[in-house]
Amino acid sequence: MNGEARELCVEPRVTLLDALREHLDLTGTKKGCDQGTCGACTVLVDGRRVLSCLTLAVMHAGASVTTIEGVARGDALHPVQDAFVEHDAFQCGYCTPGQILCAIALLQEGRTLDDAAIREQMSGNLCRCGAYENIVAAVRAVAERTT
Amino acid sequence: MNLPLVGAAVDRADGRVKVTGAARYTADVALPNAAYAVMVTSEIARGRIASVDAVRARSLQGVLAVLSYENAPRVRAEGNDNAFALSLLQDDRVRYDREPVAVVVGESLERAHHAASLVRIAYEAQAPVTSIETSTDRYAPEEIFGHPASVTRGDPEAALSAAAIQVRRVYSTPVEHHNPMEPHATIASWDGDRLTVYDATQGITNVRKRLAAIFEIPVENVRVISSFLGGGFGGKGGVWSHVALAAMAARVVGRTVKLVLTRPQMFGSVGYRPRTIQAIALGADRDGRLSAIAHDVLSQTSVFDEFVESSGLVTKMLYAAPNVRTTHTLARVNAATPTYMRAPGEASGTFALESAMDELAYAAGIDSIELRLRNYAQTDPDDGKEFSSKHLRECYALGAEKIGWSERDVRPRSMRNGRLLLGMGMATATYPANRVSASAVVRMEADGSVVVRSGTQDLGTGSYTVYAQLAATILELPLERVRMELGDTDLPPAPLSAGSWTAASVGSAVYEAASALRDRLRKGEKAPLEARADAKAAWGGRYSTHAFGAQFARVEVDPDLGEVRVRAMIGAFAAGRILNRKTARSQYLGGMVFGIGMALHEETRFDASTGRIVNANLAGYLVPVNADVGSMEAYIVEEEDAHVNPIGVKGVGELGATGSAAAIATAVFHATGVRVRDLPITPEKLLQP
Repeated sequence: MNGEARELCVEPRVTLLDALREHLDLTGTKKGCDQGTCGACTVLVDGRRVLSCLTLAVMHAGASVTTIEGVARGDALHPVQDAFVEHDAFQCGYCTPGQILCAIALLQEGRTLDDAAIREQMSGNLCRCGAYENIVAAVRAVAERTT
Repeated sequence: MNLPLVGAAVDRADGRVKVTGAARYTADVALPNAAYAVMVTSEIARGRIASVDAVRARSLQGVLAVLSYENAPRVRAEGNDNAFALSLLQDDRVRYDREPVAVVVGESLERAHHAASLVRIAYEAQAPVTSIETSTDRYAPEEIFGHPASVTRGDPEAALSAAAIQVRRVYSTPVEHHNPMEPHATIASWDGDRLTVYDATQGITNVRKRLAAIFEIPVENVRVISSFLGGGFGGKGGVWSHVALAAMAARVVGRTVKLVLTRPQMFGSVGYRPRTIQAIALGADRDGRLSAIAHDVLSQTSVFDEFVESSGLVTKMLYAAPNVRTTHTLARVNAATPTYMRAPGEASGTFALESAMDELAYAAGIDSIELRLRNYAQTDPDDGKEFSSKHLRECYALGAEKIGWSERDVRPRSMRNGRLLLGMGMATATYPANRVSASAVVRMEADGSVVVRSGTQDLGTGSYTVYAQLAATILELPLERVRMELGDTDLPPAPLSAGSWTAASVGSAVYEAASALRDRLRKGEKAPLEARADAKAAWGGRYSTHAFGAQFARVEVDPDLGEVRVRAMIGAFAAGRILNRKTARSQYLGGMVFGIGMALHEETRFDASTGRIVNANLAGYLVPVNADVGSMEAYIVEEEDAHVNPIGVKGVGELGATGSAAAIATAVFHATGVRVRDLPITPEKLLQP
């Protein structure tokens, strides 16, 4: 869990999302719908984007899970976090952890070739405040800096 | 005043905690020994509960309580002029789909949810009234927000009959649900007769008063905390049933209780924008000069309470016409009570009025912007007052330049990109500049740092940032020396965050308090030192106070599939002094995206026989996603306003959500030649012959 081994005993029916939020006090991962439709609960499991509300915690014993709390290095924000602040890529901030984890994975996968690709690939993460234009600007800025 | 007209584009003060996951929203707050409450909601829209079978639910290990009307404590659930009537398990009636009918409390979230699924409720269902068309229970409300609900100026019917050009059309808008990304959540703890509540709310002061009234305890005994809010859009403005149910459950089990709504429950007891049917009649001469406007609005309310979607208010004011009628009629249906949703009235009303203006532009053969300039209201046509400021001409000109309006061939279906049809449309945006009473304390500590305290909320609007900016500017301090405290009823009281009035109201209080503190420091008083301001409500006075803007859209429509893609949106807005260029732009853009949803996607669908909602989730209720949004820009038209309030601020939260749906709808007409007057504009409506 974010680079640390964490031991946890939960009922089999506990989702990865609820395990994070209710059992590990990692509340940065958000519950927006609990139905796999909004993307707010996106985390990385072994580097891949996963909707943590649609998977059970017990299915991921031994896996490497990255949540928003594990993205910065000490006081130094991840470049995507920095870009989200600079480009005002959020308002209420509730969808932001999921947006950032999705963006980090897309950048690693080389899927951020142009604005249209960014928009398409980020479309699984809803933002009701409508910060989409700024989200695209933030992801583009990081993509341009790293290529 | 020593303030810049447009405040610096400062990053959000709460940016870091929001990108690191450190910001604690209500459901993230972990309190010791908390139990979990889950609501059970009705499966009929009208009738009575015949029986409640909670035997299996109660037999589960870890279930602490099952509350229904049979055993719930008696509390005061009735509404009044300032509060909605609630569903607090007080009787066996069911009045709408998804009405709370039971609450289960368990040791864990999973146990509570499982137990809730085992509560068996039998109903005696009655046939519900499911639409405003079929409702016979109609009446004309007397007033809306203190304005008369119906107004007639001159003789509109005679003027309409005599007009050379007449446009008479009916427009309709569907039920829409706010769907903030954060579901409503409440955590309640009792200590004797003292109640502490963490709540996802746009108004901690209102929650405090309402809970005190429901449980008949002194207001001072209730403390409400809301540090971060995951969006609200009006939906978290009312105090809804679950807030009191969480407190009721906490009292029954004698523990802290956390209650979070599920996404399907977000379509139940927490309000929505009601459906409207709006008849508009415009009368004009051959040059397009309006002689008459009539705007008759029918909207829905519940069978047990009143909310008016004030779509007609904008029509009294927007254009210079000597003869005007606006009316509002309500139809009661078996649905929950509707409520304010981002630009209540203005969003739905500008869709109808501005679409009709586009139809008039075609009927008269006049450019859409030119038509609006010919009917430009120099003073408020409703009350004859001067506008405190109005830079709408500048908004039209700037927006037209940025979207490339001069390239537009006015003929429908005349512009193409390969096989796709291109369209351009525009509409006027407007929202009233209101101000209500608010208090703030500005305190300088001995080390010279400053804290601004006010019991307001941050919905994502920038409250943590802009009031610190304002105080830093007045006290001539670097911004990092000033921080904002909000979201706690222990702080000086502030209003509901709604009506785009927070910046004007709380900002005026912060301005007065910071100015008083500065004056005392200048006179030689030493920190620690604080000043308090209790700024009064002020509505208009000698002036009519409104913000204005112009919205433009470019769309592409697939002629074979009816698919509409918004390729570009441009907004140009004049809303007085802007406290922070960056956060204001984001609010404008967000409002415009709300307009995309209204125009193309959003509609809560009701089964016509049962009155139940059939798309109560984010897979069935569509909101705009990133790929639905083309390139967007919002331009700030500088505007100095010496009259609206001490800081010249009009508010930006709702302006962007007005006119945006009409801009897209008129662009779709320009592209296709098909006029869709019933939102949302879905493909099948464009493919009908």
